[in-house]
Amino acid sequence: MNNAIANPGAHMKVRGIHKRFGAFTALNDVSLDVAAGELVCLLGPSGCGKTTLLRCIAGLERQDRGELYIGERDISTLPPQARDYGILFQSYALFPNLTVEANIAYGLSGSGRDEVRQRVGQMLELVGLTGSEKKYPGQLSGGQQQRVALARALAPAPSLLLLDEPMSALDARVREHLCTELRQLQRQLGITTLMVTHNQDEAMLMADRIAVMNNGQVEQYATPQEIYDKPATPFVAEFVGQGNWLPFQRSSDSHAQVGAMNMRLAPGAGQAASGRLFCRPEAISVNPPVHEENLFPARVREITFLGNRCRMSFELNELPGHALLAEVAPESMPRLGSQDIWVALPPRSLQVFA
Amino acid sequence: MAGPIAVPAARKIAADQCRTPLGDRLFVVGGKVALLVLLSIAVLMPLLAIFWRGFSAEDGQGGGLVAARELVTSANFHWLLGNSLKVSFSVAAIVVPVAYLFAYALQRTLIPGKTVWRGISLLPLLAPSMLPGIALVYLFGNQGVLRGLFAENIYGFWGIVLGEAIYTFPHALMILLSALSLADARLFDAASSMGAGPWRAFRSITWPATRQAVFAAFCLVFTLTITDFGVPVVVGGDYQVLALEAYKAVVGQQQFGRGALIGMVLLLPALFSFAVDAWLRRRHGDAMSGRAQVFQPVPARLRDSGYLAFVLLVCAVLLLVFGMAVYSSLVKFWPYNLSLSLNHYQFDETAGGGWLAYRNSLTMAVGTALIGSAVIFTGAYLMEKTSGQRGLNLMLRMLSFVPMAVPGLVLGLGYVFFFNLTRNPLHVFYGSMALLVVCTIAHYLTTAQMTATTALRQLDGEFEAAALSLKAPLYRHFMRVTVPICLPALLDIIRYLFVSAMTTVSAAIFLYSPDTILAAVAVLNMDDAGNVGGAAAMSTLILLTSAAVSLLLAGASRGLLRRSQAWRQTAPGQ
Repeated sequence: MNNAIANPGAHMKVRGIHKRFGAFTALNDVSLDVAAGELVCLLGPSGCGKTTLLRCIAGLERQDRGELYIGERDISTLPPQARDYGILFQSYALFPNLTVEANIAYGLSGSGRDEVRQRVGQMLELVGLTGSEKKYPGQLSGGQQQRVALARALAPAPSLLLLDEPMSALDARVREHLCTELRQLQRQLGITTLMVTHNQDEAMLMADRIAVMNNGQVEQYATPQEIYDKPATPFVAEFVGQGNWLPFQRSSDSHAQVGAMNMRLAPGAGQAASGRLFCRPEAISVNPPVHEENLFPARVREITFLGNRCRMSFELNELPGHALLAEVAPESMPRLGSQDIWVALPPRSLQVFA
Repeated sequence: MAGPIAVPAARKIAADQCRTPLGDRLFVVGGKVALLVLLSIAVLMPLLAIFWRGFSAEDGQGGGLVAARELVTSANFHWLLGNSLKVSFSVAAIVVPVAYLFAYALQRTLIPGKTVWRGISLLPLLAPSMLPGIALVYLFGNQGVLRGLFAENIYGFWGIVLGEAIYTFPHALMILLSALSLADARLFDAASSMGAGPWRAFRSITWPATRQAVFAAFCLVFTLTITDFGVPVVVGGDYQVLALEAYKAVVGQQQFGRGALIGMVLLLPALFSFAVDAWLRRRHGDAMSGRAQVFQPVPARLRDSGYLAFVLLVCAVLLLVFGMAVYSSLVKFWPYNLSLSLNHYQFDETAGGGWLAYRNSLTMAVGTALIGSAVIFTGAYLMEKTSGQRGLNLMLRMLSFVPMAVPGLVLGLGYVFFFNLTRNPLHVFYGSMALLVVCTIAHYLTTAQMTATTALRQLDGEFEAAALSLKAPLYRHFMRVTVPICLPALLDIIRYLFVSAMTTVSAAIFLYSPDTILAAVAVLNMDDAGNVGGAAAMSTLILLTSAAVSLLLAGASRGLLRRSQAWRQTAPGQ
């Protein structure tokens, strides 16, 4: 791939960042490593500190404690102008009185005229908007504006790209398409990227690694698949995807007592003596054709048709009043037959939280 | 693709690193510190000087605690205070209801010709406060054309009330117009669906949403009236008021202490209304939600014709007064020779300042408008859009709100006390054009700054962050993006400052020297010397100049909007 369009990606390090706003602790000892060329998502609910962390890295907020590095360079106390990053804001912050061309050239002062024009052309080609040089941002669609903002951020060839909720101003319909496109572009340029989002689908779709944040701390930092399959904390389990929670008492090393049921656990599911078991809805099999472990009678409460799948709400006969969710393929619906069913909770899908 | 392009871009960063932050530091921190120094000199010190003067008991100055007690217990002071209060309450009680109905007609009915009525109603803003007084003299004075309408003559209580009513009308109107411009159509739909008639809808929707503005308008009219001496000096006759007394104490008798004491008394109503208004505002909050639907009045023949008649009546009175002033300035020798001539405009042949005063006023107004708008807009930008220096921002914000609560007369007194000190190194500026400009900017600072702040708050909050991430210096971003986007608001500020500087007398009266006499001051002097025709002519000249510049700037603004239509109409992020 042509590396000239962007700087060779630099790795980024965040070390022990603290930030307080009055009595509110926005960031509590946050550390994070982003490898060169990697795309990392900061995912979390509003108020979790993800935007504050991004703004600290951008130099728009000053951390109370901790260090930041881009490559080997300590940028902890540098003003924003000296940090060498490009940023794409939620609102894009395109300057409305400047043409697309002038917006992209905004960060290229000091270069020669021809050089600037060539660079602008190159950037527009990159984002697929060649020919829009003389238009004003207001004359473009939301998706096109986003691309111009991206071209503007990338034009000075920064070593780090920051994305602040880049999709939230867009229609849901174009969002997924643009996510994929942005991801492809990022891969192609190999630019180290940090993206803030509250939308787990975006994070799953785009990230090499996701840092799930809550209450100013990173709860888990891992690949999307690890986050989904092996959530490190109850918060991560709850925030990413959907899940079922079952109260339990440990009856032996390999078994847990849930109500009147004895469920087998896989080795390494967790050590806690009591607490909650966690299980993803799609891991539950309904009326399995062959015998499976942890098979229990249950009663259907409601089935919601969601197009490519069905969501079934049920309760275990031995745990009445405790609604659980399972996902079943529509074609297996007729097999359900009556209200009374059997469900299997495979041991490897059960995770133990204290 | 061209390979080597990225390399120079990347290398350039290193060179830029040291340079840009330094320039920005100078722009941001330097700008704020400079503004703080300016505000301290132009607002804070003069105000403190009033208290210092008022409470220091120097011989022959009429100040100090003993003198203060004597002053407030004297029968003469009670008489003056009573007169001032009576006049101010009467004016406010007349002006606010009239302005409310007028504003209601313009915003909530379908009368024709709204632009024209609005233009006419704002006429008094374009002339010094003496002009209505002068017109009243020609209308109802001893030799007035409508002398028979008044049993007694116009000089006195009713003269002052009428003159002040005309002078303060547009001030009240502007507050009420903006209050009535905001209406949520959904509320009216809900009210009528529940069977509420127009009167009930008014009482439960319109009145609660506007009563705070009514209070603010009442306070403003009251304060403007009690601190104005332009009208009383022309039509007051033997009916004396406090503002005039302060003026005479300082200018006539050189009793600075006494002037300061009266100035402090005059500061009270303004401070009181400012505090109450701020308190109400905090309690009230923002009444309009972002999803409100704009209210569109529906035709109602009876209502519209009633309001039209009312608006016509008000406009007729205003036109009569202003027409009379212009007409009288053209009449050769009132009332004996009514043929028209430009004799009164031969200012060089009469005392009072003449063309020099007019030229000075132009210089002052242009200086105030250009310097003032640049300083105020840049200051507002630094306060709004840079996050550092929190303490400095807070001080600047507080200081720039002070002038709103300080009447021009009081500010002018403060300037006399502060800059007329021989020990003050700034004494050299006393009587200079520079000081007049500074004083006028300080006097009208708050309104101009609020216009700038409103415009700046409509801009995307991330513009500055985006510029910084692109390694662009903030001052360059300010000139290239912020100023062009806010140019219409900037022109508005320029117009406001120009017109205010052309018409002001309240503060300037204490600060001019023979070389820097102003047109509005010349009006006062000519009227004082019995040359009422000359005073009318000079007032007319001020009126025409203000009107012409206003129209010119409005035209420029419109042209600008048309030229930038390509991006302004659909601009994102604002």
